[in-house]
Amino acid sequence: MTLYIILTINSITMGGLLFLLSAGFSLIFGLMRIPNLAHGALFMLGAYFGVTFLRMEVNFWIAVIFSGVALAIIGGVIERLLLRRLAGQELAQVLVTLGLAFIIADVCLLIWTGDPIPLNAPESLRGVERFFGIVFPRYRLAVVVIALILAIGLWFLLERTRLGAMIRASVDDPEMARVTGIRVSRLFTIVFALGAALAGVGGVLSGPILSVYPGLDAEMLPLALIIVILGGAGSLPGAFLGSFVIGFIYNFGQVFFPDLAYVVLFLPMLLMLVLRPQGLFGKDPL
Amino acid sequence: MSALEIVGLNKSFSGFRVINDVNLFVEVGERRLIIGPNGAGKTTLFNIITGEIQPDAGTILLNGQNITNIPVQKRSHLGLTRTYQIITLFPNDSLLKNISLSLLALSSLRWSPFVALDVRNDIKLQALEVLDQVGLKRLADRPLNQTSYGEQRRVEIAMALAQRPKIILLDEPFAGLSIEERTQIRELLVSIPEEVTIVMIDHDMEVALEFAEKITVMHFGEVVVEGSRAEVVEHPKTREIYLGE
Amino acid sequence: MRERCLIIVTLMSLVSLPLWMGSDYYINIASQILIWAIFALALNVLVGWSGLVSLGHAGLFGMACYTGAWLLEAGWGHFTAVLGAFAMTILVSAIFGALSLRTRGIGFIMITLAISQILWGIAYRWIGLTNGDNGIIISARPTPFGIEMDTPGVFYIFTLIVFLLTMLIMAIFYQSPFGVSLRGTRDQSRRMSALGFNVWLIRFFAILFSGFFSGVAGLLFLYYHQYVSPHVLSLLNSAEVLLMVISGGTGTLLGPVVGAGLVVVIKNVASAYIERWNMLLGVIFVAIVIFMPEGLVPGTQRLFRWVFSRIKSIGAAIKSEAS
Repeated sequence: MTLYIILTINSITMGGLLFLLSAGFSLIFGLMRIPNLAHGALFMLGAYFGVTFLRMEVNFWIAVIFSGVALAIIGGVIERLLLRRLAGQELAQVLVTLGLAFIIADVCLLIWTGDPIPLNAPESLRGVERFFGIVFPRYRLAVVVIALILAIGLWFLLERTRLGAMIRASVDDPEMARVTGIRVSRLFTIVFALGAALAGVGGVLSGPILSVYPGLDAEMLPLALIIVILGGAGSLPGAFLGSFVIGFIYNFGQVFFPDLAYVVLFLPMLLMLVLRPQGLFGKDPL
Repeated sequence: MSALEIVGLNKSFSGFRVINDVNLFVEVGERRLIIGPNGAGKTTLFNIITGEIQPDAGTILLNGQNITNIPVQKRSHLGLTRTYQIITLFPNDSLLKNISLSLLALSSLRWSPFVALDVRNDIKLQALEVLDQVGLKRLADRPLNQTSYGEQRRVEIAMALAQRPKIILLDEPFAGLSIEERTQIRELLVSIPEEVTIVMIDHDMEVALEFAEKITVMHFGEVVVEGSRAEVVEHPKTREIYLGE
Repeated sequence: MRERCLIIVTLMSLVSLPLWMGSDYYINIASQILIWAIFALALNVLVGWSGLVSLGHAGLFGMACYTGAWLLEAGWGHFTAVLGAFAMTILVSAIFGALSLRTRGIGFIMITLAISQILWGIAYRWIGLTNGDNGIIISARPTPFGIEMDTPGVFYIFTLIVFLLTMLIMAIFYQSPFGVSLRGTRDQSRRMSALGFNVWLIRFFAILFSGFFSGVAGLLFLYYHQYVSPHVLSLLNSAEVLLMVISGGTGTLLGPVVGAGLVVVIKNVASAYIERWNMLLGVIFVAIVIFMPEGLVPGTQRLFRWVFSRIKSIGAAIKSEAS
């Protein structure tokens, strides 16, 4: 029984982290039609930035924010300097993000070496809470709360602000959006920076749970792919639901089918492709 | 038995009816003209007949066979072929290669990966014959993108003819052509064997009128008038649509 | 005539390479280039001729490696192992095709990537089956017609024969009715189906064809290293072969071969001096996409033309100045 509870808690935490990873990926994909293959690398880079900030004795939350801001800047620069030049050439954009993924991963290896680095959770969140006799690790609860707050924030941004309305309009019909005077190219920069920032925040937050190591990027990228195929490109609710589905499968799979955990992870994606290629909330097939 | 029989055809795009309860009967060997202003639903009708768009309701019979649910690529094997209004040929290939593709489509040779196409003389000879028919034999080896627009339109028709179809759908074959080029196309159409059924759409009445015995007028997705050339020209609704009376 | 001479000279020098190449190290690099060239040619069937970009071809390549290794390890002969490996590769290609052909363009890239990641995950994690990161070692190379292939020179000649056969089959395939139809589906898929071609099935067969030659390359790779590890299935592997195809240029038969040579040489040279192959790979990717989007072979031609025209115009300017 306790095993199930622990697994459930871990799954929900994982879902929260995955949401931070995949929300940006999905928005970028939905808006710009780029599957950002550097997204896993950005997530890992965020985590490593967290490592460095914490070594400089910065407060954990400040480190999270700094990482997010740093990644936003890097994302914005990538979009402005590289992807912008290749507007409309989907394949070229994919290849550039792939190249960037390799570069970022290797830079991380160069700077932070190949050893896994555990991140410490902030003092105040170490230890556990007890509700109804069940033990909850405080840090994991905090991650879930933060993910929820960010999800609500993103939802608010997309549904209730002018910027969000413009983004949604451009996802639905880029041609129409352009005609109505929305500066789609600026939206691209904003969304790419936002996506990178979310990945960076997710990276740092994942540190105390997953620790940071080379290969984290290659592990995260396929998860983002699966989630977007499950949820539908450009759909925030899709990314949210998909993240938790994958969070559960990931944790339960590792316990019940340790050899096949990775395969089990991909099954829902394959099913979705066969039954509903546009994903749960997507409008068009990929 | 009609060559083409369409009953109760309907199609909507996001709630907007583009084809509204269309019925159409075309006899074997008939030359039928469908006219109507831009946006009347003519090209959509063609796309539904060839299977590129699925209708919401209705049935399509080709020589008595129900083809409504048959996939696009099988319909040309049943003797149905079409041309496109916008050139969708293979611009870097020679005219010969373009026509060869059309011939290949109906030949089981198309699955063969182990013999060079150029070696297959029979396809080449057939393709040259078709090119001769449309008066382009001398340009056989020229890449398509180095030919004039008028010549490309004739290649379009040649690709349709190459398949020796029972019924040809022509999508505005005269559009954008000079008077001289139109004459060439007209002569080409006249030379098509009588047993081949031809359905042609055009938005310009003047150009295509003499082509057909029977004319169908479409407007906002509906068949408005149908009859002989004289009947249609005299019909008040035709005049209303075309002359704004 | 000149072309024929050139081909003969190239062939002669390729065949005699073990004689004049001196060290085994370089002969081995030549073998590697040929193996990768076969793999790149296989991928080019999709990327270049079908307009379908696969970022999961390492999955097909690796399945041939692993199936061959399993069968050999289980005590089967080389003949059975090779046949089994081909059967498995074709089967996996069929699954690849059935799933990925539900989409086009970007979706195709993502699905091929995802499927190959599954295979990688199996190889890496299902230790009982694959021995995980430690991989599988096979004890011996085959001896076709009783010829031992344990020296680099003989193995090179064997690889060369397979490579030349592949080139020949690819060249015929390119011009065959099927090859012409395939390129038709790349350029005008809608027109092709209206003409009566089954576009889906044509693409599906192209994936099987490409998969088969990926399997050929995979088996050669297995016999070359006599070892297989999950790395053969990794995204890095898929990315490298894609880089070969794209850097060489997808239009010609020679492009992927040149690309393979280039990447293998750079990789070997680079690894002699620095450890940062991944970074270099990334930089090359970005640079090629930005500066030579049509590939190296056409790109270099363009560059030469540009330089020549500049020289000519400068020459002309000097002349007119002088007069």
